[in-house]
Amino acid sequence: MSRNPYIRTISSTSWWLAQPRYIRYMAREVSCVLIGAYTGVVVVGLLRLSEGAEAWAGFLEAIQTPVSIVFHLLALAFALYHTTTWFNVTPKAMPLQFGDTQVPGSVIIGAHYAGWIVVSALLLFLAGV
Amino acid sequence: MSERLIELEILRYDPDKDSEPHFQTYQVPCPEDWVVLDAVNYVKDELDRTLSHRWSCHMAVCGSCGMMINGEPTLSCKSFIRDLPDKIRVEPLANFPIERDLVVVMDDFMNKLGSVKPYLVPVEQKALEDGSYLQSPAQLKKFKQYTLCINCTLCYSACPQYAHNEGFVGPAALALAHRYNLDSRDVGRSVRADVVASNEGIWECSFVGACSEVCPEHVDPAGAIQQTKIASTLDYFQDLITPGRDK
Amino acid sequence: MARSNKPIVWSLFAAGGTFAAFVTPVMIVITGLALSFGFLPPEALSYERLSGLIENPIAKAIVFLTIFLPAWHAAHRLRITAHDFGVREDGLVSIVCYGLASAATVIAAYALLSL
Repeated sequence: MSRNPYIRTISSTSWWLAQPRYIRYMAREVSCVLIGAYTGVVVVGLLRLSEGAEAWAGFLEAIQTPVSIVFHLLALAFALYHTTTWFNVTPKAMPLQFGDTQVPGSVIIGAHYAGWIVVSALLLFLAGV
Repeated sequence: MSERLIELEILRYDPDKDSEPHFQTYQVPCPEDWVVLDAVNYVKDELDRTLSHRWSCHMAVCGSCGMMINGEPTLSCKSFIRDLPDKIRVEPLANFPIERDLVVVMDDFMNKLGSVKPYLVPVEQKALEDGSYLQSPAQLKKFKQYTLCINCTLCYSACPQYAHNEGFVGPAALALAHRYNLDSRDVGRSVRADVVASNEGIWECSFVGACSEVCPEHVDPAGAIQQTKIASTLDYFQDLITPGRDK
Repeated sequence: MARSNKPIVWSLFAAGGTFAAFVTPVMIVITGLALSFGFLPPEALSYERLSGLIENPIAKAIVFLTIFLPAWHAAHRLRITAHDFGVREDGLVSIVCYGLASAATVIAAYALLSL
């Protein structure tokens, strides 16, 4: 049926630079690298804790170095971006309908932020802040 | 009414003569209430009769006039000149083969639509004498949004996963499947799952969300796909525990 | 086309993503920044306090989750991200990503069981 269709191709590595919405998507996806790396740090910390007081002291020293602070600030920024993007899409992935009214997305998102603040405050309190 | 001289850069392709598409520029005097479709029609009527493009209703309900306008998949009848700069780049919808000029090959999309079984699969076929299926406003509300698709395929042009894998069933087809899966009169989720819940179905989607952003009818295909992922995951684990179960 | 087996990793991805969204930011503050910026007294993260707390099996379970869930979330997302950056060898990428998550899981379990 098609006489001589022309197939356009796009780069598989740099396609996302073409539009701001794709760049924001990649930023969201790349947050997993920071979250994964931070989880790795937690695993190492747990290992050091299991190795005794001296090993643990070494770990505490390491996480207070400038490199560690920069890493954790970066990880925090990306973790927060993950949190906001995750909460923002929850009403789309799990819409709530009671009778014939849909719960507004903003209510669902607001409830998530409220829960997040409660969890964060609780953990900060338990830690001793 | 004031006029603006707009420079339209249109991607041309003649399958009989060209080995590659190329841009051609036209100067179009546009009254301030015009849309891009009006400018394209002016080119065809007054400047270059060889230009080919699809359009029909000129009021954003038929879904025919989709084009890339300055890199964004848009309905050209809904793209107002007053919101655009003096230079406008017009190309055929991305991620589809070009048939000629602004006309793309839609065969893949049509096949994908059919493949999700977009019809009611009822518990029992009702005879005409038995009357119609009853449905409450609440039941209708659950799936109504997903009935609004006008098959304009802007979502396929926005989707990078479709760009990289033309086997992907795609946003509109999956939203259509979701429309039927949510319909209270339908029990066909399990028969649709071979296509919908396959690796080329919902699982190719990485929730970029561009499809929902460009959708002129606010169908939210991205949301439909995420909801289907959750439903399919629950189905998957329930089938592991109790195999042979129907929807 | 056949039904995919992706639900297995996807459910971990979704659970991990939800957990990470709620817990990870404050965890980063507590473990990575609070000491350096001085809003936690040093005794809060002392060996004595933490090794005492972690003897509790519930504490062990919670710590395990804070590693297990985000690890598998990050692993699956990294697999998809590799594809988005043009890496097409999905089999190899999967082995690396899920392998890392498995390693984190095993090491965490080992450390917790020996504490």
